[in-house]
Amino acid sequence: MRMKLKWAGTALMLVSMLWSAPGSAQESHVGKLSGNVKRGKALYERYCIFCHGPNGDGRGESAPYLDPKPRDFTKAVFKCRSTPSGSLPLDSDLYDTISRGIHASGMPSWKPLLRQERVDLVAYIKTFSSAFQEEKPAAPVEIPPEPPSTPESIQRGAELFQKMNCWTCHGKDGRGYGPSAATLTDSKGYPIAPFDFTSGSRFKCGETDRDMFRDLVTGLDGTPMPSFGSAMDADQRWDVVHYIRSLNGHKTHAELKIEPVAH
Amino acid sequence: MKQKFALIATSTLVALSASIGILPGWAGPADAPSSVKGSVKFEGTAPKSSRIDMSQDPLCAKAHPTPATTEEFVVGMEGGLANVVVYISDGLTSHNFQPPQQPAVLEQKGCQYKPHVLALEANQKLNIVNSDETTHNIHPNPNNNREWNMTQPHGMALEQTFAREEIAIPVKCNVHPWMKGFIAVFKHPYFAVTDKNGSFELKDLPPGTYTITAWQEKLGSQTQNVTVGAGEAKPLDFTFKQ
Repeated sequence: MRMKLKWAGTALMLVSMLWSAPGSAQESHVGKLSGNVKRGKALYERYCIFCHGPNGDGRGESAPYLDPKPRDFTKAVFKCRSTPSGSLPLDSDLYDTISRGIHASGMPSWKPLLRQERVDLVAYIKTFSSAFQEEKPAAPVEIPPEPPSTPESIQRGAELFQKMNCWTCHGKDGRGYGPSAATLTDSKGYPIAPFDFTSGSRFKCGETDRDMFRDLVTGLDGTPMPSFGSAMDADQRWDVVHYIRSLNGHKTHAELKIEPVAH
Repeated sequence: MKQKFALIATSTLVALSASIGILPGWAGPADAPSSVKGSVKFEGTAPKSSRIDMSQDPLCAKAHPTPATTEEFVVGMEGGLANVVVYISDGLTSHNFQPPQQPAVLEQKGCQYKPHVLALEANQKLNIVNSDETTHNIHPNPNNNREWNMTQPHGMALEQTFAREEIAIPVKCNVHPWMKGFIAVFKHPYFAVTDKNGSFELKDLPPGTYTITAWQEKLGSQTQNVTVGAGEAKPLDFTFKQ
């Protein structure tokens, strides 16, 4: 009898394991925390639904009044990722975005929520697109240690800024008024402005040099900002980071001792 | 005599290898492959192509001694409409197709996409080539595939695939806003893009009854039903009006 019970118990466990397997892609894991879809849904309906909408398509009640528009989760295309262009984000990428917020948009920082709650939200957000069940995110991009910023590095960065055609959108002086700037739209067709590097404003996907380096590798999917993952090597990307940093603070090229690059 | 033998042997070999090459995924031994062949015409006055101003990038402008023009309507001799995707949209009985080994090639040349409309199979490799001196970024905006956006300076190798059928994915270069093209992705090998005379041929079809669709980027889609017998070369024409 006891033996039979034991078998029944094992069988039940096996069945429940199989049962939970298809749903596993909808869970979320950040560090040691695991997210729960049900709890995430309750939090979403309390905090996120007004902008991102009941269907997660970014068409909530407040959406018409927002620019840029709230993210459409059904597309599973995200700006801020640690993964290459075209890949799904990691759970930790979505968690970071929820925590940090997106500067110069309607998306605030959700650090007031518990870490566990933010991980629960990640689990629920992933249910809006089947992509998270069909595909796996690629490995995160490598970020090697940063070499020191020198005038030479900044000068090389300035030349790459020309050669890589960054200036056609961001402008020759980095103010965001390049010849193509006015034509840019995001992937939903809404106008989108290139970043003004002289503004001193915070970057959307994080503030550090490492964040900027990562943005250059991954690109910001869903926007015109492409990946420079194969177009430049790591040293060149650091040069561009140093150059872009040098534009911050309204300094002129003369003050920075940069020779203007002829085109 | 020897020469004649060699000739026969070579031609047999060519014929054999061709017949092996042209039966992707279809293994009906008794039935000779059929085809649908015809052209797409434009009736009426086609909108004129407009000049493209490439002056913002001198490296683009210098590739065109006479200014480049838009490619939304390319009407050739006798009203033949180029860049129309013609494909089987319904009626296939087999759905197991392996993508060809040969990659499709999309070239950026003179700051335009060559070809303007490209068709390939799902998971077939797509080689993207930048033949220009300037740096491009290639940015497809799909509905049913993953979106990506890659910078490509001259000389950089770039290979991509699309996993799912989609007709057709708009492609653009954000750096050069006039650069627009389309990539059509199919889960079967029965598709063609019309040439400059509007001609197309769907080759090596298994005999059957099919719905055939012609898609043009500005004019939309048209469909026709055809029944193709074994070994038959069925004529089929489409006419777009505006």
